[in-house]
Amino acid sequence: MDKIKTPKTGRARRELQKRSPKLVETGKKTLILQGKTSGLLNNVLTELFHLKRESAIRYTRKNENIRPFEAGGETSLEFFSKKTDCSIFVYGSTSKKRPDNLVIGRTFDYQIYDLIEVGVENFKCADSFAYDKKLAPQAGTKPFIVFIGEGFKSEDQLKHLKEVLLDMLRGEVVENLNLAGLGRVYVCTAISSNRVFLTHCAIRLKKSGIIVPRTELIEIGPSMDLVVRRYRLPNDSLRKEAMKTSKDKPKKKIKNVTEDAVGGKIGNIYIPDQKIGEMALPNKAKGLKRERREAKMKSSNNEPATKKHKEDS
Amino acid sequence: MDTHNDYEVDLGNLVAFDPFHHFPSANSAREELVSECIRKGTELVQEIANSLFNLPSTEDVDGPIVKLPPPSTKLPREKPLPKPKPPTKWELFAKAKGIQKRKKDKVVWDEQTESWKRRYGYDRVNDDNDVPIIEAKMTDEPGEDPFAKRRSEKKKKVEKQEKSRLQNLKNAAKAGALPSHVHLAATALPITGTQAASKKLTKDELGNVAGLAATATASGGKFDKKLAGEKPAKHEGKFRKFLPVVEGSGIGSQEREQTDRVLSKLISANSHDILNVDKAVNMYNVKKEKKRRYQQGKAFVPSNKLKPNSKPMKANRKPIKKSVKGGSSSKKGKGR
Repeated sequence: MDKIKTPKTGRARRELQKRSPKLVETGKKTLILQGKTSGLLNNVLTELFHLKRESAIRYTRKNENIRPFEAGGETSLEFFSKKTDCSIFVYGSTSKKRPDNLVIGRTFDYQIYDLIEVGVENFKCADSFAYDKKLAPQAGTKPFIVFIGEGFKSEDQLKHLKEVLLDMLRGEVVENLNLAGLGRVYVCTAISSNRVFLTHCAIRLKKSGIIVPRTELIEIGPSMDLVVRRYRLPNDSLRKEAMKTSKDKPKKKIKNVTEDAVGGKIGNIYIPDQKIGEMALPNKAKGLKRERREAKMKSSNNEPATKKHKEDS
Repeated sequence: MDTHNDYEVDLGNLVAFDPFHHFPSANSAREELVSECIRKGTELVQEIANSLFNLPSTEDVDGPIVKLPPPSTKLPREKPLPKPKPPTKWELFAKAKGIQKRKKDKVVWDEQTESWKRRYGYDRVNDDNDVPIIEAKMTDEPGEDPFAKRRSEKKKKVEKQEKSRLQNLKNAAKAGALPSHVHLAATALPITGTQAASKKLTKDELGNVAGLAATATASGGKFDKKLAGEKPAKHEGKFRKFLPVVEGSGIGSQEREQTDRVLSKLISANSHDILNVDKAVNMYNVKKEKKRRYQQGKAFVPSNKLKPNSKPMKANRKPIKKSVKGGSSSKKGKGR
């Protein structure tokens, strides 16, 4: 026997609606969590969280039973992913064998999709950069992402890292972009076959005389070296399933527009009641004031009025 | 800036990729490396900006807005594609019969009350409460309440609809197209032959039973092999039991006896301490002193105290009486 359960409140219903699979997805949320960490790793995770503030969830409690690469070690990770509706996770842990370890992974349908493990080296936090604070980009703006180096094309692991970084850093997929809101770049450089230098810069747009402004980058941090350790690619069937896209766009319901038999458009227009009586006049001219007008009339009829009378009730 | 064609630009994601750049010396100083990266990054950002600022833009209050092309880099989805909802049984039937949906008005003319009423819901047309008389027909069975019949028929219809709704939702769940807000929760199967479905055991109850079972061996569970993930029993000792507090015969009187026993035991053990002679003598002395003082004070005070009090009392009384007399009726007095 089954029982139909529906949410009791509209808010719960909307929340479930948000979590349901969509035809066109616009962005992924990131879950940032940790096991046993060092001070440095704590800083890395916090800075990452601040960079992705609007679409990230930070867990600060220690979750030591998470071992994403081992069988059975991903159960609580999948649970957290489902609980928070995050499909990218960053798990920080440190050990003697793998100091300052970050595991970046993605989930598909709340199951682990792929994993990559990187070590953090040469970390410089955002506070250690000196720059004009006016240039600091606003939170939540769409970043540019720049990849430099042939390693991203030739090396398998870096290719994978590039895809994961792009997925994590790109933010929300938008259709319309405000050009005034641009102001940050992530620069990823493949230094060697397993090392990537990642830094965060602000963009200064300078006038150049033509439409396209001249750009200038100012490093605002954080910056770090990511050294690839272990990685696991998605298996083929899962990848095939996850790469599916829909041809048709979701239809938006158009209200108040119908077509007639000939194929012409008919629109219903609703005009709200014009409340003329309650309308405020743009400027109250002195001549329009009631008391003055009345006083004038009185004076023209009889003798000049001696006192003003307020006729408010 | 002369090698434009070497860059891969994905404008939808604002991403640029230079796949040919190679850093000559890996062991060069860190600062040099960083500045080199920034220089190269600026070039690439300029490349994105070149195509971005040349897109047709519309002016807005906050700044120019451009329409981005869709991202060209393919990234995996986070959830599978939503599946189409399978047709319900009625939809299948309607299609087979060629029945088409018609729009119905929301309000209908109600002849009973002679007014416009909603078709469905609260205060609807042809509501059970609005039908005062049902005319008898030839086919009516004698001794049957037509109103009760109406009500039960309505109830049956609702039940049937609920059943078919569940069936349709089950089919949708099978196709993986359950609406996001619906959750089909499995309920326990009723045991055949019984009326009510058996209650689901709670986690605690199960734990208790498991604990009992684990200790029900000759050794009290001491030498038993522990299963993987088995926890020690939650209730190792006995459960505490309390006697009823309400007076009565049998068990009811036991509670009183119990407390009596405790009390008498306490009293007998501390009997010598019950009367503190020193304290009693002290208290007696203090009381005596107080009494004496009070009597002394009384000898002087009373004549002075009473006189001023008596006068205002009398003065107050007279106007009150007058006002009461002056009032014509008690109602008027209350009104004030």
